[in-house]
Amino acid sequence: MHAYLKLDHIDKTFTRGNATTEVLKEINLTIDKGEYVSIIGHSGCGKSTLLNIVAGLTDCTNGCVLLENREVNSPGPDRAVVFQNHSLLPWLTVYENVRLGVDKVFASSKTRSERDAWVMHNLNLVQMAHAKDKRPSEISGGMKQRVGIARALAMEPKVLLLDEPFGALDALTRAHLQDSVMALHQKLGNTILMITHDVDEAVLLSDRIVMMTNGPSARIGEVLEVPLARPRKRLELATNPGYLKCRQRVLEFLYERHRFVEAA
Amino acid sequence: MNMPAIKTEPATAIVAPAAASAVTPVVSMTPKRPPRAEKYAKMAKDTAVRVVPPLIVIALLMLFWELVCRRTGSTLPPPSRVFKDTKELIFDPFFDRGGIDKGLFWHLSASLQRVALGYSIAAIVGVALGTLVGQSVWAMRGLDPLFQVLRTIPPLAWLPLSLAAFRDGQPSAIFVIFITSVWPIIINTAVGIRNIPQDYRNVAAVVQLNPLEFFGKIMIPAAAPYIFTGLRIGIGLSWLAIVAAEMLIGGVGIGFFIWDAWNSSHISEIILALFYVGIIGFVLDRLIAGLGKIVTRGTSAG
Repeated sequence: MHAYLKLDHIDKTFTRGNATTEVLKEINLTIDKGEYVSIIGHSGCGKSTLLNIVAGLTDCTNGCVLLENREVNSPGPDRAVVFQNHSLLPWLTVYENVRLGVDKVFASSKTRSERDAWVMHNLNLVQMAHAKDKRPSEISGGMKQRVGIARALAMEPKVLLLDEPFGALDALTRAHLQDSVMALHQKLGNTILMITHDVDEAVLLSDRIVMMTNGPSARIGEVLEVPLARPRKRLELATNPGYLKCRQRVLEFLYERHRFVEAA
Repeated sequence: MNMPAIKTEPATAIVAPAAASAVTPVVSMTPKRPPRAEKYAKMAKDTAVRVVPPLIVIALLMLFWELVCRRTGSTLPPPSRVFKDTKELIFDPFFDRGGIDKGLFWHLSASLQRVALGYSIAAIVGVALGTLVGQSVWAMRGLDPLFQVLRTIPPLAWLPLSLAAFRDGQPSAIFVIFITSVWPIIINTAVGIRNIPQDYRNVAAVVQLNPLEFFGKIMIPAAAPYIFTGLRIGIGLSWLAIVAAEMLIGGVGIGFFIWDAWNSSHISEIILALFYVGIIGFVLDRLIAGLGKIVTRGTSAG
């Protein structure tokens, strides 16, 4: 099979002075084009490190990341990241934050007015066009994250990397944004790799859930296919046996076989 | 599904202004007035709260000064005497009788020009060096110890050296201003650059900004609050240094004016000059602080 994104035997060890900590060990994962894959695990298991390796923000110790059979080891707009804390630049307006990436990525391929239209198109996709002249401090947390998503989408990434994108939001906003991301995935067919620690979120959004064992030396413990038809509806799924079964599997993995010891 | 919603919008938009213009004169005028009056009253009260205490303190200090210095044989003149002696200088700051016999305006403007030049160079060099030291670990290790030693040298200690180098008072004074104000700018800029959150660096990496774009679009705005702290300390120091430097180099300038007044035993003129020096130092500080506030608008809040 032809993998779109391939994580090939990735190890990561951090060295500080004489102490070395092995964070990730033997991570193998292939993701198809258009697939939505979630990585779930307890905090500290290295899932954010893994995402940073895919993004090119962190180097891996062994192994490599292949995107369309080409090795990638530095950050780039083809693997745009939606950061957990939105990371919008506070001195730029919503529009300028999105425009920053667009100006770089489409510097030669789009004219000035096309870039402007493209920014507005992406702000419209996340329903944030109305706030284009506001600064990040003037909009809510959910709105900031929408802008973060628009900024990533506007770079037309081959893979969209979501680093616990809804972690800092309240439950209602989170649900609303999850629905938006699902709709966008449906509409645009992006390949998405998402880090999460929320079981419901993982089952609701993903085609596959990658479950990580606890660190140090975290591995992929299990990969679960989520065989639910799209579009998925939150309310209908609440009683869907397939959904409940998937949820049960993930919960068992996280809380029975790989309990987070330090949490006790 | 969305169509009806879009259609209704222009309709309401057309109705709204007409309705508003018809209604507002009647409805909004009357209830708005009391809050506005209240607002002015509140503003006046706030101003009074801030202005009255310093005025009282100043009046009391003046009174104390007057009483202490009025006695015969006191070495310093009382305020009434200062005013009487310096009336000409206060009311005619623009006279120019050639040489150094000029109004206070000319002395102050000569000093301000030196500060402006020396400080501008310090701001540019300081931000540039601070960026280098903040960004590169090697530059920090190499330059930081040097900066920490050099910055403790008192401004006037540089003056003989710069006089030897430039062989002229004007560039020497400017150099002293520069060397005095550059250190806080360098150090604060470096701290600001070092404190740029990793998030912003990650964003820049994903977007693939080149170093120049990174400098202009991320570093400077992100470090702006720190940079302006340094600039503010710097302007204060340079105003401190200019008076001392001008006492030694002579010519036109507020520092030499003070020294000249001392040599001619015009103590009242010294007091007047000190008053001006204080006011201008205060205004310069406020100016940089205000500029910083405008420039860093929105930077602090996440």
